[in-house]
Amino acid sequence: MSTEVISQIDVDRTRGDFHYPEQHTFDAGTGLSHATIDYISDVKNEPDWIREFRHKALDVFLSKPMPTNWASKDLENIVFENIRYYLANAQRPTRSWDEVPDDVKRTFERLGIPEQERKFLAGVEAQFDSEAVYSNMKKALGDEGVIFVGSTDGLRDHPEIFKKWFGRVIPTGDNKFSALNSAVFSGGSFIYVPPGVKVKHPLQAYFRINAENFGQFERTLIIADEGSEVMYMEGCTAPKFETATLHSAVVELVALKGAKIQYVTVQNWSANVFNLVTKRAVAHEEAEVKWIDCNIGSRLTMKYPGVILKGRKARGEVISIALANNGQHQDTGAKMIHAADETTSNVISKSISIGQGRATYRGQVHIPKHLKGCKNNTECDALLINSTSRTDTYPAITVRGLGNSVQHEASVSQVSAEQIFYMQQRGLTEAQAMSLSVNGFVNDLVREFPMEYSVELKRLIDLEMEGSVG
Amino acid sequence: MSLVIHNLHARVVGGQEILRGLNLEIQKGRVHAIMGPNGSGKSTLSKVISGHPDYEVTAGEVLLDGVNILGLEPDARARAGLFLAFQYPVEIPGVSNANFIRAALQARLGEGEELDAVDYYGDLYKEMDKLEIPRAFTARSVNEGFSGGEKKRNEVLQMAMLKPSYAILDETDSGLDIDALKIVAAGVNAQRGPGIGMLVITHYQRLLDYITPDVVHVLVGGRIVHTAGPELAYELEAKGYDWIREELAESASA
Repeated sequence: MSTEVISQIDVDRTRGDFHYPEQHTFDAGTGLSHATIDYISDVKNEPDWIREFRHKALDVFLSKPMPTNWASKDLENIVFENIRYYLANAQRPTRSWDEVPDDVKRTFERLGIPEQERKFLAGVEAQFDSEAVYSNMKKALGDEGVIFVGSTDGLRDHPEIFKKWFGRVIPTGDNKFSALNSAVFSGGSFIYVPPGVKVKHPLQAYFRINAENFGQFERTLIIADEGSEVMYMEGCTAPKFETATLHSAVVELVALKGAKIQYVTVQNWSANVFNLVTKRAVAHEEAEVKWIDCNIGSRLTMKYPGVILKGRKARGEVISIALANNGQHQDTGAKMIHAADETTSNVISKSISIGQGRATYRGQVHIPKHLKGCKNNTECDALLINSTSRTDTYPAITVRGLGNSVQHEASVSQVSAEQIFYMQQRGLTEAQAMSLSVNGFVNDLVREFPMEYSVELKRLIDLEMEGSVG
Repeated sequence: MSLVIHNLHARVVGGQEILRGLNLEIQKGRVHAIMGPNGSGKSTLSKVISGHPDYEVTAGEVLLDGVNILGLEPDARARAGLFLAFQYPVEIPGVSNANFIRAALQARLGEGEELDAVDYYGDLYKEMDKLEIPRAFTARSVNEGFSGGEKKRNEVLQMAMLKPSYAILDETDSGLDIDALKIVAAGVNAQRGPGIGMLVITHYQRLLDYITPDVVHVLVGGRIVHTAGPELAYELEAKGYDWIREELAESASA
């Protein structure tokens, strides 16, 4: 009786920490070689150009040393030969939850995805290990010409758009992990929004890792054509295994003239996941790209969403929240590359370090000399919960030329014993008091999230704080 | 039903003893005042009763309706019915007053019980009106950027919402001009009744013009040395604390 109660509570506390037995029809085996690439390309029945692209990328990956700049020593603990690079049941996602295999369907039901889809989403893609198992979008959007499919389907069914933009924002050789992703990518979303179409409700993708010793390498490409608008949200979880899991995505966004893209991430990987993600956008004239990035889970996250402000009056924004608990290192930040006149960028980052947790902010802002009327604002605030917590800020701001302006503010604060005592005197437990302080600290940023996600975020923070107070 | 403080000895962790055998009984339905010179242990008393981690109790007990609360965490003491109106209320950036008070009330409910939002705001607005607090206050962060008067009014508002059975008001008059003092005192007086025992800690008699105590105690050197009716406050105001010290010295040498 009592053990049953405890296991139920366990499931509730860490909602993503469960997994079903593996039943994979397609398995590329352990380790990485050119044979792995051929296996993936064969299974996916890919055109030659993409097979060659993958093989070249593998060579780049193998030739590149591990990054040393902006890198944590923990990267050396990734054993590439112990990882499985492709695991899937089928090649095509279904359009109905009823056709999704039972255990996979149960997984997503436990994560609340079908329910959210009914409530507030315009479309959903659910990826399980290497491939999307479910992908569906409201019919009205399809009628307007909106495309929202997995990258495998995008490549096969819309090659003319896919090929034009794929790999153009983030070249294979950008870094070792973008090369790895380019070699073995599978899954992720492909979105095209035609000129002038404004997608009112968010499109959502959910990335789920179920298998042990596995690497997930989704590849997302979003193109918002002139004057269009779209909001994309991604969530992710994995069960906690003893061994390390690798998640290394590449996300490319293209906002054409006057388009608006909002990209929202709530990352809640389990604490054995290396999360090494390259995310970048190109904003053309008067376009606007906003990354809203929230990192709660993982063992090590390295992620610096960027915007290349390519057209006049383009705007880029990164709103980021990172929470580093014991055993976690959240190394996050932003890159803003100004490449046209009158472009503006805004970076607001808040991090929370708990116990031995470590949060690092790295920012790069580049405004070259020949540009006029460019503006950047960067704010990073760190909150330390314990005296053993650690935070570092590394802003790299290069602004040349007259008539460009930049503003940078940073702060570090600590939850004070007096604050906690005051709240405890009102009847809140120490953990509740901590949660409230932390939620207060990120409150203004959480408001930027869609309502349903801000509720989820608050719940996740509560759970993290509950475990952090002895 | 009372809050009994018996032979209480306490000090700052690792420091000199500040409370040295303090005895006091606060009965429900009555308002007790404690007056005393600087350094006599007034604020220490409020912190020790409410469980501030900077202090340690070396002897004695504090019984809340018969239960010794000294082994309890500060939050458990609060939920048992103890409230402290802080001399220096603490700022909590980003947490709105409405959410804070709501969380405090929610913490008093059982597992699975939810506070009714409509009733909650009804009660909150009613108590805010009594204290002449404007509605915009609910969305402001707890005590952040508040004037001294606003902070103290907020303490009294929280007390009204949490309905404690025993309330300690620590130097509630400090930092208040006369108008703010009147509003705060009226708020406190409105809460007087058979269900609550109050301990008003103050350095000056001024506050007691507006909150008339049933009993006045004098705290000197970590002990209650004198107890009398409300007229004692005027005597102290007129004569200072030296005459009490002299009496003490005489009785000690006699």
